[in-house]
Amino acid sequence: MTAVRELEFRDALREAMSEEMRRDRRVFLLGEEVAEYNGAYKVSKGMLEEFGARRIIDTPISESGFAGLAIGAAMQGLRPIVEFMSWSFSLVAADPILNNAPKMLYMSGGQFGCPVVFRGNDGAGGQLGSTHSWCVEGMYSNVPGLKMAIPATPDDAKGLLKTAIRDDDPVFFLESERMLGMKGQVPEGEEILVPFGQARIRRVGAHCTIATWGRPVHFALEAADALAKEGIDCEVIDLRTIRPLDIGSVVRSVRKTSTCVVVDQSWSFGSPGSELAAQVHRHCFDDLDNFVHRVHTADVPAPYAYNLEQEYLPNARKICEAVRAATYNA
Amino acid sequence: MSTPTTDSRRLFDVHRGEAPPSVAADRPVPPAATLRKWFRDMMLIREFEVRCMQAYQDKKIGGFCHVYIGQEAVAVGCVAALKPEDPLVTAYRDHGHALARGMTARACMAEMFGRIDGCAKGKGGSMHMFDKPNNMFGGHGIVGAQTPLGAGLAFATKYQDEVMHGGKNGRVTLCFLGDGALNQGALHEAMNLAGLMDLPVVFVVENNGYSMGTSIHRGTTMGHDLKSKAVGYGMDAAVVDGMDVLETYWGMKHVIDDARARSRPWFVDMRCYRYKGHSMSDPRKYRTRDEEEAWEAGDPIGTLERFMLDRGVITADEAKEMLKAVKAEARDSVAFADASPVPGIEELHTDVYMEPWGPYPGSTQPAFTGGAANTPSFRAIDPKGEVL
Repeated sequence: MTAVRELEFRDALREAMSEEMRRDRRVFLLGEEVAEYNGAYKVSKGMLEEFGARRIIDTPISESGFAGLAIGAAMQGLRPIVEFMSWSFSLVAADPILNNAPKMLYMSGGQFGCPVVFRGNDGAGGQLGSTHSWCVEGMYSNVPGLKMAIPATPDDAKGLLKTAIRDDDPVFFLESERMLGMKGQVPEGEEILVPFGQARIRRVGAHCTIATWGRPVHFALEAADALAKEGIDCEVIDLRTIRPLDIGSVVRSVRKTSTCVVVDQSWSFGSPGSELAAQVHRHCFDDLDNFVHRVHTADVPAPYAYNLEQEYLPNARKICEAVRAATYNA
Repeated sequence: MSTPTTDSRRLFDVHRGEAPPSVAADRPVPPAATLRKWFRDMMLIREFEVRCMQAYQDKKIGGFCHVYIGQEAVAVGCVAALKPEDPLVTAYRDHGHALARGMTARACMAEMFGRIDGCAKGKGGSMHMFDKPNNMFGGHGIVGAQTPLGAGLAFATKYQDEVMHGGKNGRVTLCFLGDGALNQGALHEAMNLAGLMDLPVVFVVENNGYSMGTSIHRGTTMGHDLKSKAVGYGMDAAVVDGMDVLETYWGMKHVIDDARARSRPWFVDMRCYRYKGHSMSDPRKYRTRDEEEAWEAGDPIGTLERFMLDRGVITADEAKEMLKAVKAEARDSVAFADASPVPGIEELHTDVYMEPWGPYPGSTQPAFTGGAANTPSFRAIDPKGEVL
């Protein structure tokens, strides 16, 4: 029987990195404030003490430089973990992370892989304004050659990050500042990993499939609780990874419920949500009672004002409205 | 701002900097066999590039094609100062580095022809020459993009030698860039990291005086004294003559040996000149024929040939025979490339991911390295899953 403890999301991330660093000396962590400051968000707290400054490496504010450095190191056989304090800051490293890491294996005809993990906070942190609130999955998931994981709970955070570190391909790992303090049950054990490409059914239901990932999983569960009181029974599917995307689990669910709402915290135009909706339409054309409804952030830059930001983001109310519309209960 | 001075050997010094002083105290003349190899390698690069230009005109080579004619002494002299285990990474004008590092003319030409026997199975093209057995890490197309990679290669060899194996850093990374990359942020971030982290990387600026059609003085501050760029990053710097392979070798040997011994970065202003345009479509309207002829008068291949003839290392007949042999090798590379099959359509989806999943069958090494399958060390994805 596996022992289970309650951990914060950030502790689960740290445990994943520390276990993998004990297991494999090729693994190291670099980023801004990861070492002596103990991590801007305390994810790497205590790791400098255990692993030393050669493996827990503070970098200057130089994302393009240190992301590129990590890619070169991965080509030479190491396994870097790059922490972006925020994925919003990865935009200045767009060339290395999008033009080098995911294309190196292809451009070199199979000679050089890039086993690197880029991780950090994604999405609105809380009144951080337009430049600091990026949901990069909207743009980055468009690029072949990378894998992308977006955990919603501490157990998945640990299991998916361990998988990401062991993966031979580059992995974009998207966390949320708003969830780092979230607590959850996490099993003990160094070999408990969560595979990529396997959705997790967070709630079983019969009337409507809500497909989502990351932070909006919690909004969807909140919405499902509210809708249950109205007699609408929702199934909530947490995709967990965007590349690969477990379309099979969504399709099986939609064939049962006949309606589907996709919730995605990135902008709607050309997004993972639009791709998922297109796939559901294709695979469930004869099963659907209604078109796939979608809930995204508003199609505007992220606002600062508290009330505007709340209205900008997906939330339980918007999901409830979408489910009611999709199930003709509006 | 600039202080135009003229190298006494050349009337038109587009760099307008001081003549390269020798950084090397020790300047031994290499053995005859070494000199002959350099002579052969430089001639091979030139004849290879001549064939490339012809194949490009014949539409056998597509896309962008940047030839190395005029700069042969740089690749050959720099590689001569390296050990085989030292990583090398460069920009898009990369055929010369690939050949100097040991890639066969056949694999290099077949890559440009977009054929399966190319070094990257025809998936990379002219700008992406990769050769893992010879520690050649590309061929990179975005100006300056290779410079953080160069810092990372040096970080990794040092980490492997010191952290993983508990020894002393033993390898040096050579990272080439053109003078156009001097103004990319990536280089400055890479130099800062290299200086901070004591990385054994040598940034070699192949300073041919032009970034595409923009002369160095129109695009770069302190263009007459590039060493000043390194000072701010706490890095040692040298000016090296890239038109004379002996000078290149002596200068780079000093620099590389020092980078290895002290595990520190270096910056080299390598003075050279590209005889042809930036790419095949460049009519070179931004410079004069007089300037070009003045540089061609100091041709690196002719300079080495005269040195060898004067010392009796080679006879005129032997030099002719060597030229004949490399011309044949360059012609053979074209015939080989032309006969090599195009990549099968199934290659479209290979080498996207190491791990096979969904529409991606996984990855294999190219034919010139043996063609073995890349076996993933770990399966992240359940092979039975239905994934996109």
